[in-house]
Amino acid sequence: MKNALWIKNARIIDPANSVDAVMDLRVQDGKVVETFSASTTPNVIEANGLVLAPGLIDIHVHLREPGQSAKETIRTGTEAAAAGGFTTVIAMPNTSPVADGVDVIAWIQQRARETAVVNVLPTGCISMDMKGELLAPIGSLVKAGIVAITDDGQCIQSNELMRRALEYAKMFDIPVFDHCQDFKLTAEGVMNEGYWSHVLGLKGWPAIAEEVIIARNALLAELTGAHVHCQHVTSAGGVRILREAKERGVSISGEICPHHICLTDEMLQGYDTNFKMNPPLRTPRDIKALLIGVADGTIEYLASDHAPHCNYEKEVEFDDAPFGILGLETELGLFLTHLVHAGVITLPDMIARLTSKPADLIKSRKGRLNVGADADIVLIDPQLKWKVDKSLMLSKSRNTPFDGMELTGRAVMTIVGGRIVWTLQNGIVV
Amino acid sequence: MNWTRKDLVGIRELSAEEITLLLDTTASFKSILNRPIKKVPSLRGKTVVNLFIEPSTRTRISFELAAQRLSADVISVSKESSSIKKGETLKDTALNLQALNVDFIILRHTAAGSAQFLAERLKSSIINAGDGSHEHPTQALLDTFTLREKLGSVAGKHVVIVGDILYSRVARSNIWALTKLGAKVTLVGPSTLVPDMFKQMGVEVRRDLDAVLPEADVVNLLRIQHERQQKTMFPSLGEYVSLFGLTASRFKKCKENVLIMHPGPMNRGVEIASEVADGQNSVVLEQVTNGLAVRMAVLYLLSGGSSVEPSLAAAAGAEL
Repeated sequence: MKNALWIKNARIIDPANSVDAVMDLRVQDGKVVETFSASTTPNVIEANGLVLAPGLIDIHVHLREPGQSAKETIRTGTEAAAAGGFTTVIAMPNTSPVADGVDVIAWIQQRARETAVVNVLPTGCISMDMKGELLAPIGSLVKAGIVAITDDGQCIQSNELMRRALEYAKMFDIPVFDHCQDFKLTAEGVMNEGYWSHVLGLKGWPAIAEEVIIARNALLAELTGAHVHCQHVTSAGGVRILREAKERGVSISGEICPHHICLTDEMLQGYDTNFKMNPPLRTPRDIKALLIGVADGTIEYLASDHAPHCNYEKEVEFDDAPFGILGLETELGLFLTHLVHAGVITLPDMIARLTSKPADLIKSRKGRLNVGADADIVLIDPQLKWKVDKSLMLSKSRNTPFDGMELTGRAVMTIVGGRIVWTLQNGIVV
Repeated sequence: MNWTRKDLVGIRELSAEEITLLLDTTASFKSILNRPIKKVPSLRGKTVVNLFIEPSTRTRISFELAAQRLSADVISVSKESSSIKKGETLKDTALNLQALNVDFIILRHTAAGSAQFLAERLKSSIINAGDGSHEHPTQALLDTFTLREKLGSVAGKHVVIVGDILYSRVARSNIWALTKLGAKVTLVGPSTLVPDMFKQMGVEVRRDLDAVLPEADVVNLLRIQHERQQKTMFPSLGEYVSLFGLTASRFKKCKENVLIMHPGPMNRGVEIASEVADGQNSVVLEQVTNGLAVRMAVLYLLSGGSSVEPSLAAAAGAEL
């Protein structure tokens, strides 16, 4: 195997090292190097006109393995990641069984070693069986290699347990990811509570159910000093609460997903379950607030909440369909189109939020390209116009609302540990 | 104008002209119902399946009878008697019906959007007989037909709908039908069941039933849908009656010729007092009769029947 790559004339954007310049990047034996060792014959990649960035990191992905491999496997999920320009994905623990013990973490790590195309970093549960009653063995999970704890969609309802979880997690210096949802307030809600839920006769999932928990998290983060990361923030109120908390210096952060900034609840008129996700699509007013929040730094992180489901699971009555949509293969194109080309943030800023910033959040050394760093790299054509075609996706599932949408910008090559794993031209090549 | 839609999923997407066509066609069919021989051959050779995934008496029998009066072959399937009970999906059940060359599927379902779900996937015509809290188009048509028959026209009339609007498909379909035809609609009920959000649909929302009643040409009372709501929406039925029940004493505040409507099933003593339900102003049972004519008209138009033919009733009678 050739073990050296010479990528020439790329616009290298490496935010952690304040680099944004056209130059070459050299890779040998899986690392970024300054010069090749003697008698090396590197593969040369001409990258004129392309952006070279640290491989992208998605901090919110459901790989479904173990236990739900009809939806996705670690293999297919990481193939989708590679095709989206991602070299590292943070796997959520709501598998079957849930990741509340070191056995499950070890299984995921071994499966990833054997089958994954990109790096897989597992998260562990906050509570046993994600029931919100007893703490999971967080210390053991950390030793096993988790990068964060979360009860995923089973948001801890007990403020007391959440407080203990934060105090306990602080000891290990890991962030606590929270899917913010007060279950009593959402009840059986399936879409945003608002005009369209009233018209469509669907039960409302009000923004306040999310905001109440974001506010709770801000108070508990302030009390405990632990870091709470609020996943997929969707509402104007949520942005406001985060902004106020951050101004006070509270260790709290927020993320947004592409669908929440480019789709609205009005689009549920056809009862298409590919528009059903949790939290739900909200209103144009919320989107405006989210974009302001991204621009002013209130919301620092970008993620997909990649949530594959089988066609037969989604093609049912709206009330009965599972929440969630695919994300990895459309994420970069959507963020480039709706954040960068729309003028909300700059390209280097977007790349920072998909590389060094999430790496810092999970205390990883990835997401940067200094000499000696892991050679996880993405080549991006930010101006490439393309049309989403779900039939071409590498995920095992097809539940996307973006099919047929025209986007500007996508990854053209993904390199993990110095190996080319995917190219736009040839697909997966490992 | 002619009817061009394959399905009847909701009133919201219909134009005033389409609603009027349905009402005019209903009038033709109503005249048949008063004849000694009540059957016409319009749907001879067609197959109608009543797929009722949620329980119903009135609507199911009304659709069955309507299809029979049009000479269609009719089969009724309930959730209990279908393979949905065995875990078959709605889509598969419906595709199986389609494989039997069923022409119409009349769907009653607990989930909003289920009629549209089938309409998009099947070649058969889908008639929505109530989908969750979304729409119940034939109920709105029969209510509107009754109103028009009794009061001459819909435009300019003030219709007050009282009760559980949030979970009511009847209310939604009525709001669209009435506002499209030019009626003034006022919703009355507790703020938890009648959120102000409904104002955006072009209606008024009020809390003071006593003040509204003297202005009403029609009062349509809705049942509290216990099966669809949380326990915390209002304190007790007693308090509900005291604020929003159409009691005998409250009824005295109404105009003398007010129409009292109820889509059924009624909870006597809750939303409506027995005296009012059985009183001179009540058209509750006429609504049921008109429902049959409405459903015949819907089946007729969806089967490709041309727009209102004045000779329809006479011709049909002669043929038999």
